Amino acid sequence: MGVRRVLRHSAWICWKDLLEFSRSKLRLVMLLLMPLFMMMMVGFIFPTGNTISHTPVAIANQDVMVNGASLGNGLVAELEAVNNQTGIMDLRVATGFDDIKTMIQGGKVSGGIIVPPTFTSDLLAGKQGNITIMTDQSNPQTSAMIQTVVTKLIEQLGSQAAERNLNQTYNISLQDAPTVLMPYNVQVRGIVPGTPNYFEFVAPGIMSMVVMMSLMTGLPHAISYEKDMGTLDGMLVAPTSRWAIILGKVLAQSTRGMIQGFIILLMAVLLFGVVIHGSILLVILLILLTVFSFVGLGILITSFADKEETATMVMMTLMFPMMFLSGVFFPIQQMPSYMQTLANFLPLTYAASAMRKVMVLGAGVSAITPEVVILGVFGIVLLTVAVPMFKRAMSR
Amino acid sequence: MSDTAISTTNLTKRFGDFTAVDHVSFEVKKAEIFGLLGPNGAGKSTAIRMLSTLSIPTEGSATVAGFDVQKEDGKVREHIGLVSEKMIMYDELTARENLKLFGKLYDIPNDVLNKRIDKLLTFVRMEKWADHRIDTFSTGMKQRINVIRALVNQPDILFLDEPTLGLDPQSTAEIRELVRRINIENRTTMVLTTHMMSEADMLCNRIGIMDHGKIVALDTPANLKRSISGNDATLFEFEIPNLDTSIVSSVESLKSVSSVVRDDATHIKVSSVGNDSFDTLVDALRKNGAQIRTVKNLEPTLEDVFLNITGHEVRDGASKTPGPTRRDGPRGWRPSKRVR
Repeated sequence: MGVRRVLRHSAWICWKDLLEFSRSKLRLVMLLLMPLFMMMMVGFIFPTGNTISHTPVAIANQDVMVNGASLGNGLVAELEAVNNQTGIMDLRVATGFDDIKTMIQGGKVSGGIIVPPTFTSDLLAGKQGNITIMTDQSNPQTSAMIQTVVTKLIEQLGSQAAERNLNQTYNISLQDAPTVLMPYNVQVRGIVPGTPNYFEFVAPGIMSMVVMMSLMTGLPHAISYEKDMGTLDGMLVAPTSRWAIILGKVLAQSTRGMIQGFIILLMAVLLFGVVIHGSILLVILLILLTVFSFVGLGILITSFADKEETATMVMMTLMFPMMFLSGVFFPIQQMPSYMQTLANFLPLTYAASAMRKVMVLGAGVSAITPEVVILGVFGIVLLTVAVPMFKRAMSR
Repeated sequence: MSDTAISTTNLTKRFGDFTAVDHVSFEVKKAEIFGLLGPNGAGKSTAIRMLSTLSIPTEGSATVAGFDVQKEDGKVREHIGLVSEKMIMYDELTARENLKLFGKLYDIPNDVLNKRIDKLLTFVRMEKWADHRIDTFSTGMKQRINVIRALVNQPDILFLDEPTLGLDPQSTAEIRELVRRINIENRTTMVLTTHMMSEADMLCNRIGIMDHGKIVALDTPANLKRSISGNDATLFEFEIPNLDTSIVSSVESLKSVSSVVRDDATHIKVSSVGNDSFDTLVDALRKNGAQIRTVKNLEPTLEDVFLNITGHEVRDGASKTPGPTRRDGPRGWRPSKRVR
């Protein structure tokens, strides 16, 4: 059977599948909605960096005045002034530890700041003024962020106080004071312009994931559904190569996956402010490579699953770990080491990583060579296993 | 070219321990309608699947259109069409699109294919519906498209697996008529499976009766029926309200009558031979003062043939509980579900 004939037949089968798909308006709407929901979901439910805003925090100023003056009052006033500008916290007044504890338990505030009674007296005695930050242990992420933000804020106020002290006590000008106090200065600079955006992290991963899903769910579904319906017999009884059937299905599903991938890309750029730094051509080639590396897996599931239902179950079982372990939503580096090892065996890890390097960091082919090689090898190995399996499954 | 369209030798298909088709050998002549008749699970569909290259035989061989189904499956496929029990059509595509897809899988050039599609649609009076989606059709319309879909490559041999299953009486009649027309107009060889005795009787030139994976009888419908009556005797049942012994004995004394059975107070069954036997019978009865209320011609049906040969009736699951009339005892385990 000639290659051209196989290609011609597969083109017709692909035409049929896409035509069928396009006949349902609901399916077309879903084609658009699915990536949109995906982007919104991952974009908005996960914490984006350490920017919290209007988080309710209780503040208890227990400072006792010394000689009619309270340094604690001054600190709280400065804190409020800074916070009014940034809008990080919504400050509530509280009386002390127990009061804040009740407020946290009642979910009224996410944390608390206590200025102790000895604050002014300690400072005047030449000691450090202690400030306590209370956290809500049931919500580690918010706690960590409040801790960071408040500590930073108070350190900032502390250095301002120190600068004033230096100026008054040692007669160092306010301009020079920061240099004396903190001789080292840190600056952060990314390798591409712009501030990092969580969508830039997540969009390339989602693109790879959607391509994977369209092959892993679409392919077994498309074939086992036709098997269940009996329509596959119509193709099998025609002088058509089995390869034309599977290739036609792969073409149709990849087309669908790629359309969805591009919808994500467009949405990321237009709606979520993602800037693509790499070459679009490379992005397209990477999508094709991702298709190639997952085709074998799709065919394998198809061969194993005799019924549509079985196919759906098998692919769900495989797909969810892949989605969450491959660094699509969370960076792999944040996972425990044994999970990182596991992630290294998943092709989606490499697809997402390569896509991210190209899209976000503007990497060229040389930078993603390892990923490209691994994806290629993965595709070849899976196809080598899947091809004989499929052939056997088709001629029961 | 020989006169044989299909020939099988010891064709066998096993699924694990279960033998669906058990050493079946038969021949189908060109342009004949050959029926495979039997209850569900008898192995008819499996046999058709092997002949249409969808299933690989476990044992034995088969030649279809002069090609071996295993070694030359590609060649076989070019010469056959399949109308399956499940309709081979895509609901969301139009009739024309469906026909076009399958035509393209046979590498038919566009101009030829388009003409052929129009011709086929006209053939089943569906030309007006060509560009309507299949899911807007009635079951009968769908099945008409399903049948012509299998004709798109102008097959020499058409396999029809329960083509009238689930159709209303009108559509059933339509499809049967269609099968006959295709057979006559295109001289297409047909292999048809059915569990309906009347359908097989009506359509088929020859019938192979299948039971438990074996062909238990194979002949023309007429010969099959004759085989159980033994000769060309005809069986009549009379209802006579004033039936008495003198009437019965007067009938028994007739030369043409071979046997008389008195069923009850008013019914007798008479078996008689000869073309004018009915007239002779009626004359004798009337002469003896019998008032004939009804008369039935009890011609043996294929149902009787099947019952006579297999010892059980053609009914779903009938084979699960062996009947007392079984001649060769219970046959052991049978799957309750169809095995394809």
